[in-house]
Amino acid sequence: MEWEVVIGLEIHAQLATKSKIFSGAATAYGAEPNTQACTIDLGMPGVLPVLNREAVHMAAKLGLAIGAEVARRSVFARKNYFYPDLPKGYQISQYELPVVANGHLNIELEEGITKRIGITRAHLEEDAGKSLHEDFHGMSGIDLNRAGTPLLEIVSEPDLRSAKEAVAYMKKLHSLVRYLEICDGNMQEGSFRCDANVSVRPLGQAAFGTRAEVKNLNSFRFVEKAIEYEVTRQIALIESGGKVVQETRLYDPDKGETRSMRAKEEANDYRYFPDPDLLPLVIDDAFVAAARASLPELPDEKKQRFVADYGLSNYDAGVLTATRELGDYYEQVVKCSAVDAKLAANWVMGDLSAALNKSGKEIGESTVSAEMLGGMLKRIADDTISGKIAKEVFEAMWAGEGDADAVIEKKGLKQITDSSAIEQIIDDVIAANPDNVAAYRSGKDKLFGFFVGQVMKATGGKANPGQVNELLKQKLNG
Amino acid sequence: MALERSDVLNIAHLARLAIAEQDIPEYARNLSNILDFVAQMEAVDTTGVEPMAHPMDASQRLREDQVSETDERAHFQAIAPATEAGLYLVPKVIE
Amino acid sequence: MHDKTIAQLAAGLAQREFSSVELTTALLARIKARDGELNAFITVTEELALAQAQAADQRIQAGSAAPLTGIPLAQKDIFCTNGVKTSCGSKMLDNFIAPYDATVVRRFNEAGAVMVGKTNMDEFAMGSSNETSFYGPVKNPWDLAAVPGGSSGGSAAAVAARLVPGATGTDTGGSIRQPAALCGITGIKPTYGRVSRWGMIAFASSLDQGGPMATTAEDCALMLEAMAGFDTRDSTSADLPVPSYQATLANDIKGLRIGLPKEYFGEGLDPAVAKVIEQAIDEYRRLGAEVVEISLPNTHLAVPTYYVVAPAECSSNLSRFDGVRYGYRCEAPKNLEDLYKRSRGEGFGPEVQRRIMIGTYALSAGYYDAYYLKAQKLRHLISDDFKRAFTQVDVIMGPTSPTVAFNIGEKTADPVTMYLSDIYTIAVNLAGVPGMSLPVGFVEGRPVGMQLIGNYFDEARLLNVAHKFQQATDWHARLPEAFKA
Repeated sequence: MEWEVVIGLEIHAQLATKSKIFSGAATAYGAEPNTQACTIDLGMPGVLPVLNREAVHMAAKLGLAIGAEVARRSVFARKNYFYPDLPKGYQISQYELPVVANGHLNIELEEGITKRIGITRAHLEEDAGKSLHEDFHGMSGIDLNRAGTPLLEIVSEPDLRSAKEAVAYMKKLHSLVRYLEICDGNMQEGSFRCDANVSVRPLGQAAFGTRAEVKNLNSFRFVEKAIEYEVTRQIALIESGGKVVQETRLYDPDKGETRSMRAKEEANDYRYFPDPDLLPLVIDDAFVAAARASLPELPDEKKQRFVADYGLSNYDAGVLTATRELGDYYEQVVKCSAVDAKLAANWVMGDLSAALNKSGKEIGESTVSAEMLGGMLKRIADDTISGKIAKEVFEAMWAGEGDADAVIEKKGLKQITDSSAIEQIIDDVIAANPDNVAAYRSGKDKLFGFFVGQVMKATGGKANPGQVNELLKQKLNG
Repeated sequence: MALERSDVLNIAHLARLAIAEQDIPEYARNLSNILDFVAQMEAVDTTGVEPMAHPMDASQRLREDQVSETDERAHFQAIAPATEAGLYLVPKVIE
Repeated sequence: MHDKTIAQLAAGLAQREFSSVELTTALLARIKARDGELNAFITVTEELALAQAQAADQRIQAGSAAPLTGIPLAQKDIFCTNGVKTSCGSKMLDNFIAPYDATVVRRFNEAGAVMVGKTNMDEFAMGSSNETSFYGPVKNPWDLAAVPGGSSGGSAAAVAARLVPGATGTDTGGSIRQPAALCGITGIKPTYGRVSRWGMIAFASSLDQGGPMATTAEDCALMLEAMAGFDTRDSTSADLPVPSYQATLANDIKGLRIGLPKEYFGEGLDPAVAKVIEQAIDEYRRLGAEVVEISLPNTHLAVPTYYVVAPAECSSNLSRFDGVRYGYRCEAPKNLEDLYKRSRGEGFGPEVQRRIMIGTYALSAGYYDAYYLKAQKLRHLISDDFKRAFTQVDVIMGPTSPTVAFNIGEKTADPVTMYLSDIYTIAVNLAGVPGMSLPVGFVEGRPVGMQLIGNYFDEARLLNVAHKFQQATDWHARLPEAFKA
């Protein structure tokens, strides 16, 4: 039987606010345990939440960026359950009336096809703390620094049909939240996390199969692996006569499997009800207008502009707009170098990306700034160096030896463009190889390359290749 | 609405309350009486009536995004039942 | 000094008739001598009180005194007080030293008031008789066999016995007004949002409201002026200016339109109490008020609605008491579930557990619509009753409680019977309007309280209307025989 995979993603993006969603405690990552947990985050008796304006502003920005409705009225509700990392015994979230509803995101499939993925809703909620399972005499330790960090939970429609599509969607959203500067996107620190609802159904069947919710997917690779594993598991289960159980499963990255979390499953009756400590969140036109005014150029818009303005291919434009920082870097290179935008794209996507990858650095941490790379490209354009020599210059810049001009100067890499100097070298080469000269002149054209090589060798590769060719031809034929 | 023993146990579990075996019948009776009492509500037709969550007909005020709290861990943990290395200790959490 | 009102004490302090240290010392001695009979205090903060009194005397000397500077007051043990045990009447918080001050406490501190202690109360404010307290029942100073009412029973008894001239209370379904009535003192539950709930341990967040309890409306006005006002830490706090309640206390009430809800005078009301209330209404007629009958047709729905809404909110509010970060933790928990269940099962008393269970049930899957949502709709109807009434009248009057104080143990067997003692006070919380109780007479030696209900944020009028009555009568000035000396 042929199976169709149906996936919906719930993505939790930690909002990049300075303070928590309902308290004035800091949200910085990595502090000593419980030093950023105030009375509110600790759920002390008598404390009350007050909503952070910036968190709402960020939610509105996302809503606008995905073409969704920003709800003029939304309501915070309590989700009640007991867990040590949940100090109040309830999580403040949004249930019936979320702040953002009915949006979408377009993803590019490999075949160059664009697919529209529906986003059902995005709602504001507070993050929980962390349980540390290192053995404290058989006990667990609870750190509540993360408790109360604002989260935007972004829930997609079950529109994704493969692990690859799921990853493409997640990457697109990851790029978007970073463009919007509402989330740092740091997946290792848990700033951008994903739960996947996965089911399978016989191809052509309208009704959905029973889904399993896979949790703990904190990298793109894990999302792909976990979904692939889950799809295989479900198909095998059904084909062997079994039934998929609706449950929560945990992805174990070490084993590459998902396993049932039965313990957490039993009796999850969350008893949602409107939080009486908070009033309805009302967003007026001015608030939405301010959010709209703060939107940057969005990835899709930027990509189209790169194609139109710089003559880049769809693919290249897509790569260069994957993050806002990379796009900005590229544009700065073009601006500084005043060269062919295509050449700039090749350098950014080629040598620069390779160097970043190799050193594990983000574009923002690049030792070669956009100005430096642009400066080097300018030297290619004005024939100071050749493209080949440029690679050497780039490496030196990457190693911190200064900008292109300094490197060229220091290493004496300036191209020889003085015709009389090149002629002198050619004369020397011709004088030193009378036999080859005779052979060439008698018709062995292939030897031309030999002479070019000899001239380049004699100049340490610095002679302008075009001039060398032209002058050699004149001399040998003359 | 008469609550069964199993209902009482289920509710007590949801609310994480240990109740003694011998108290279950009394809880069942008391809770059933209360539910019977509040069942008067059913008689009222509330078609078209908006639920009222709150006495204030107002909207949520928003706080500026500023860090206003400082580290008071020592102060807060002085009243905690069990801590170590700045962490609150609980019986092992099994996932 | 113990029989003086706050206003009189403030005048005495201002005129240097006595110092705050002298006054505080005298009252601390009286508490020490007499509270054994009443059990009104959970904690007496002698050292803190004397330090505050000293500071107050300096402030008075320096000429920078506020109206309450140097006045000894008690706080209901539901308000968090930094560095002082805040038990909420529960074993769960018997070891809880609050790490911060409630806004109400902070405001009193800033006003230079002196806190002599924390008063007894029903556990987590759930009760109408003060019998659910972990610290034992409070006795009514008028008759030690009788309950003082609840949940602010300790505050009411302490004021009635003149152990303190004023104390704070909180009112979720009548917890200021009913004990004020049963103890023969004056208390006001302000409009929801008038007094900050920050640091006031939550029972039912959409109903809870703090307020003053004292012997006179004038003293309540003084205290409320200090307590009330916008607080950025409470999202439900009203951002409205606080008027000077004292300034309008003596306003003429000729032509005041008083509404008597017929539903408040029907079946269930003790005829002897009804008679006392009618006499008080006659007094208002003499003061020039017009009295008309009105109807609050959904009154009978208030108690059932309340006993869904309040338990639902409480079931969630009390989830934070889990033995992890503060408060009671059971001995040697076997595992996490055992930690939760035993800490909560052992830390909470039976009435609290009952309400948590009712609330849990009302919110659970399959029952939410029938209970919680239905109750919220009825709340709307009940609220509309008041809105309609206030287009016809300025103030609503009736009994605070259907009976005078009952005996300790009389109603503990059946929760529903106990719940019905709040039949006249509960609707006020559901609507969020202000309500007040003032002493208007006695039935067989036990005080009768009359309830005044006002429109939203109309506390000034309630205090004015109550004050005019107290100018014309002396019920408020009576002391229980045993506590006269």
